[in-house]
Amino acid sequence: MSRYFTEDHEWVDVDGDIGTVGISEYAQSQLGDIVFVDVPEEGKELTKGDEAAVVESVKAASDVYAPVSGTVLEGNAALGDNPGLVNEEPEGDGWFFKLTLSDPDELTGLMDESAYAAFVAKL
Amino acid sequence: MSDLDGPEIEILPLPLDAWHRARGGRMVEFAGYHMPVQYEGIMAEHLWVRESAGLFDVSHMGQLVFTGEGADVALEALLPGDIKGLGEARMRYSLLLAENGGILDDLMVTRRGDEIYMVVNGATKYDDIAYLLDHLSDDITINILEDQALLAVQGPGAVTALSRIVPGVEALVFMTAGAFDWNGTPLWISRSGYTGEDGFEISVPAEAAAALADALTAEPEVKPIGLGARDSLRLEAGLPLYGHDLDPETTPVMADLGFALSKRRREEGNFMGAERILLEREQGAVTKRVGLVVEGRQPVREGAAVIDGEGSDVGKVTSGGFAPTLGAPIAMAYVPVAMTAPGTVIQIAQRGKVHQATVTAMPFVPHRYVRAGGK
Repeated sequence: MSRYFTEDHEWVDVDGDIGTVGISEYAQSQLGDIVFVDVPEEGKELTKGDEAAVVESVKAASDVYAPVSGTVLEGNAALGDNPGLVNEEPEGDGWFFKLTLSDPDELTGLMDESAYAAFVAKL
Repeated sequence: MSDLDGPEIEILPLPLDAWHRARGGRMVEFAGYHMPVQYEGIMAEHLWVRESAGLFDVSHMGQLVFTGEGADVALEALLPGDIKGLGEARMRYSLLLAENGGILDDLMVTRRGDEIYMVVNGATKYDDIAYLLDHLSDDITINILEDQALLAVQGPGAVTALSRIVPGVEALVFMTAGAFDWNGTPLWISRSGYTGEDGFEISVPAEAAAALADALTAEPEVKPIGLGARDSLRLEAGLPLYGHDLDPETTPVMADLGFALSKRRREEGNFMGAERILLEREQGAVTKRVGLVVEGRQPVREGAAVIDGEGSDVGKVTSGGFAPTLGAPIAMAYVPVAMTAPGTVIQIAQRGKVHQATVTAMPFVPHRYVRAGGK
């Protein structure tokens, strides 16, 4: 399984043609206390770059963009009752949604973990 | 994702700039200065203030002193409050009004000896000064206290912590002030603030501000608190924020700040915009500021539209966020008078989604001011 990152601080784990999407540790630390997450519904067709989810901190609302194109398999239902999971485990149990990738070639445009770490270090 | 903090721009530092950075404050641009938006996190800081005490740096605000014979009476032309009747070391919340009755700023006025001390908002202070200079006679002098920092200590533990450092402050009651000495440094301290909690605001010479901030945060009750929690605290307290809930398009009646119109001043009717404001007071304004508790967990934010049954815009949200004390989203909005009764359910449209909200009396969280003759 490989993990890829976007410059907008989303990550996607890819296993076969299934991707799991979330926001990075850096993103959650910048957002602060997360109080609400709106995840996409099963069956929703997403094109890379689409507004896929909304994450609300005490202070502000931010969009989460689809890092790759595909069809949503499920949103993370656990975030409904416990949006703070995104703060606690942004790159684990705090994932946002899973999707079936429609164009795995899009992954080549994303960063791997070390490239993303270098990208964040410069921010 | 969108809306993460952008690059910082080089702007004027406030006296405690290095102090905040050394303590891990995340600095953002606000009112033309770098200010700490948070230290450990807005939620934790907010709850700490409600249960203990927090230190806020509000040095971006404008501290003005008016001198000259009849400065109090002169200011009454621009403010609808009873300034002439203000007793020594007593303070009052008031509004700087435009000729049409619109609100140019909200502020605190205190009589101290022969002068009037005024604290105005940071983002509006230079416009306020220009307007005041335009409308006051040359006999009145305005001094801008640019070498004074302003700190606030807020929360139920504030009186215990501050009175250990500056004995005597415990004798002040809400909306009174006095001069104090701290190891040779003169402090002007009032029992006031903008969180709904008991607490104090301290005007301190800029060169002593860091030492005072150190002394205050050395007290076990006190932690430094950023602008983020200051905003969520004042929202829970039902207190409007200038530039968001108040602006030149709103009048004191629309803003539900009728208490700022002193009785004598209403009877005399001789302040800016009096004709319109008194008519609105008599007949009601078209829209009014109300508090809202929003259904579900998703906050509605400033700019969201209040809609009617047909989906037409009839009002707007001016402040909104998640209330840490209540564990629910709350907001302030301007709505048509027919929708202002507590319990009225209204609809808010935000990013293609409709939210239900219930009009609720403010404050959302009860004030805990220590008043004269009170608890």
